[in-house]
Amino acid sequence: MEMGQQVLQQLVNGISLGSIYALIALGYTMIYGIIKLINFAHGDIYMVGAYIGFFAITQAGLSIVPALLVSLVTTAMLGMLVEKLAYKPLRHAPRLSVLITAIGVSFFLEYASMYFVSPTPRTFPAVMDSVAINIGGLVINGQQLLILGITFVLMVILTYIVKFTNTGKAMRAASFDTETAQLMGINSDRIISITFGIGSALAAVAGVLVGIYYNSIDPLMGIMPGLKAFVAAVLGGIGILPGAVVGGIILGVVEAFVSGFISSTFRDAAAFAILIIVLLVRPTGIFGKNTKEKV
Amino acid sequence: MAEAKKESKVLLEAKDVSEVFGGLKAVSDFNFYINKGELVGLIGPNGAGKTTAFNLFTGVYQPTTGEITFGGKSIVGLKPYQITQRGVARTFQNIRLFSELTVLDNVKIAFHDHVKYGVLEAVLRVGRYYKEEERIEQEALKLLDIFHLKDKAGELAKNLPYGAQRRLEIARALAAGPKLLLLDEPAAGMNPQETQELMEMIRWIRKKFGLTVLLIEHDMNLVMGICERIYVLEYGMVIASGTPEEVQKDPEVIRAYLGGEG
Amino acid sequence: MDKFSGMKYLKKNDAVLLGFAIVLFALLQGLISGKVLSSFWQLNVLIIGINIIMAVSLNLINGYTGQFSLGHAGFMAVGAYVGVVLTTNFHAPFVVALLAGGLSAAFLGFLIGIPTLRLNGDYLAIATLGLGEIIRIVIMNIEYVGGAAGFKGIPHHTNFAWVFWLTVIALFFIKNFVNSTHGRACLAIRENEIAAESMGINTTKYKVLAFAIGAGFAGIAGGLFAHCFYLISPNSFTFMASFNYLIMVVMGGMGSITGSIAGAFVVTFLSAALASWPEFRMIIYALALIFLMFYRPQGLFGYMEITSMRPLNRIFGRPGEKKEGGRTDG
Repeated sequence: MEMGQQVLQQLVNGISLGSIYALIALGYTMIYGIIKLINFAHGDIYMVGAYIGFFAITQAGLSIVPALLVSLVTTAMLGMLVEKLAYKPLRHAPRLSVLITAIGVSFFLEYASMYFVSPTPRTFPAVMDSVAINIGGLVINGQQLLILGITFVLMVILTYIVKFTNTGKAMRAASFDTETAQLMGINSDRIISITFGIGSALAAVAGVLVGIYYNSIDPLMGIMPGLKAFVAAVLGGIGILPGAVVGGIILGVVEAFVSGFISSTFRDAAAFAILIIVLLVRPTGIFGKNTKEKV
Repeated sequence: MAEAKKESKVLLEAKDVSEVFGGLKAVSDFNFYINKGELVGLIGPNGAGKTTAFNLFTGVYQPTTGEITFGGKSIVGLKPYQITQRGVARTFQNIRLFSELTVLDNVKIAFHDHVKYGVLEAVLRVGRYYKEEERIEQEALKLLDIFHLKDKAGELAKNLPYGAQRRLEIARALAAGPKLLLLDEPAAGMNPQETQELMEMIRWIRKKFGLTVLLIEHDMNLVMGICERIYVLEYGMVIASGTPEEVQKDPEVIRAYLGGEG
Repeated sequence: MDKFSGMKYLKKNDAVLLGFAIVLFALLQGLISGKVLSSFWQLNVLIIGINIIMAVSLNLINGYTGQFSLGHAGFMAVGAYVGVVLTTNFHAPFVVALLAGGLSAAFLGFLIGIPTLRLNGDYLAIATLGLGEIIRIVIMNIEYVGGAAGFKGIPHHTNFAWVFWLTVIALFFIKNFVNSTHGRACLAIRENEIAAESMGINTTKYKVLAFAIGAGFAGIAGGLFAHCFYLISPNSFTFMASFNYLIMVVMGGMGSITGSIAGAFVVTFLSAALASWPEFRMIIYALALIFLMFYRPQGLFGYMEITSMRPLNRIFGRPGEKKEGGRTDG
């Protein structure tokens, strides 16, 4: 394969992977925006989403779209439940306490899943015929098309919700200033809960898509993508929705290039190197604004 | 009587200083000096730029333009701790104590730059460690005694009543061994009796430690009662300066500040 | 003046602690030499000591200086790998390997600390987590040290005496540091960085110093850890391991050395006791963590030290201690 074509091929792979990071990163960034919590459990929510999709297909015999919907709804409820049980009681606690709780929730989801579904990786069933479009040597397979298509549809829906619905407006207000939003009559508990629901639903879809893409899921699959999605959120500017999408895609592309042209063992290091460079050069991310502490 | 500006006696001076935050001028064409040993007040309505001036003097902010000198040398570009080490200490408008530490430790921390033992001596507890620790403990207790806080030395700073927290901030600033003491609304939230006591205390420590004092204050009685010279700020500019009597008569001041209150 | 911290009291306090250490050493060494402890628990006694060094050194960074590091296992890895290369490939004496490992980790901590410690809170946490992972991935890609498969043929140098006395040294080092003007500078940074700077404290210097000291002790702990085994692999130093040390610190109390000892002991003991039920162990662990944050977010000891509890009236907590639930209303 010639060089130019190889670059294009890695770009396609990178954008597919990046779309998945983007879906997870959206949840991260929404949750951080509204309660300033790095929700370490978010990657595990994505894992649970993948398992629900898996069981919906294998046990209930659903096809891909209903399976996605089942996973989306169930995982959204799980996300809201986690928020209600674990984070809501700590609304006024120091942020460190909430962060540690998130680590606890993350461990809990990982190992409770391991207990119930066993630690062995499961093979995700093939839900579609292996089609592949070949454009002059550039291969885009069916899974990649599915990922890109579904991601695109979800982005449109999310943009609509955030921009044009009352709930979306309330979410934006609350993430700008929770206390003032509350004074304006916004029920911030409800908005936070909905944010967790939407974020978890997006993560669930990402989980099912990853299952389809890589054919394999396991209870610890959420750890790395979770962290990387956070990197994507920071890269784009934490709390900013388009930032999460752009950050996710950049991260996916960089990873694809690193594994394609250097070595796949450095893939994870690349993500963290990006993180550190961003934090040092522009901690507010690509779309972020600078703020200064008042003395 | 207020002292006129004499080059050899000027301790802190700001020349044509301005500070711009995102296009907004917090302070502009700010000219200011304070002589050694003087007690000067900085007054003005809310948002006039008083605290910004303090933050410029202490290196928390860097001036956009202009020059600030302390003891004849420029302090522009220095970090806050370097300016403190040269002899400027301050208190904060919104109290910034080390709230989870004891009252005694709050003061001991401020001796930091005057403690003469290294990390290795501290860790091995050899050399000057014990002697120096003993010395700063005694000095810290002396300071606490002055501010009627000695019996509270073992309490956590956050558990002190409000007025005592303000006094502790001053004690802590003094421990840093300043030539110039900057007090940012030291009487805020105090009752008239506490304010009266504070005024006497400021006069007394000034004499005792040979200090130069600059204070920001809302309480007009306090400012007029103890300051020898006053600067009045409005919208980031000095609109008047002089003795309390001069300032009180200034029509600009009456319009901008005193008039607004009465 | 004795009421506060008179200097005679300090000297006496040190002597009592040292005496206590000697007695404890004799007792535990007796149990080990007399084969009262099974080899499983003997190993775990070593691990407890190593974890105490890890926890107390992380506490210096996170608890005392108020910086949030999540990459402590990375520094442990540096110490471990530098140590095993020196002993295995160059036949260096153990003490040289430990020191070199500690110094390398401290130096790396210094280099990493200068740029990253400008960051605050969450950003610093995630940056240090990333750095810890980068260290691990780099080691994984060095063929000379065995890559992902790990480093084999390590001499078994670590014994109880090494672990015990190095733990004692680490504890005294950090205790003395914290109770000096340098340690108080770190506390001031934790409490209020702007005020600390205004009191003449070079905050960058002290953050980097605390970070480098913490990293150095993590390096020494890494050297001790590696020489317990025949083989070490980069997988022992993931960010999950860093979480583990963080949990010890938080459980014991951020800003309490006594707490770090207790945290390391409880976590290691629980892990060992539940070793046969790995999933249950982690579920219990996770729930314990969540409930700790709900009901005692300041950890078992908060800011308290066992030595300051000596007068009887303080054993049951200082006045107002019970009210400091860490949760604020409103």
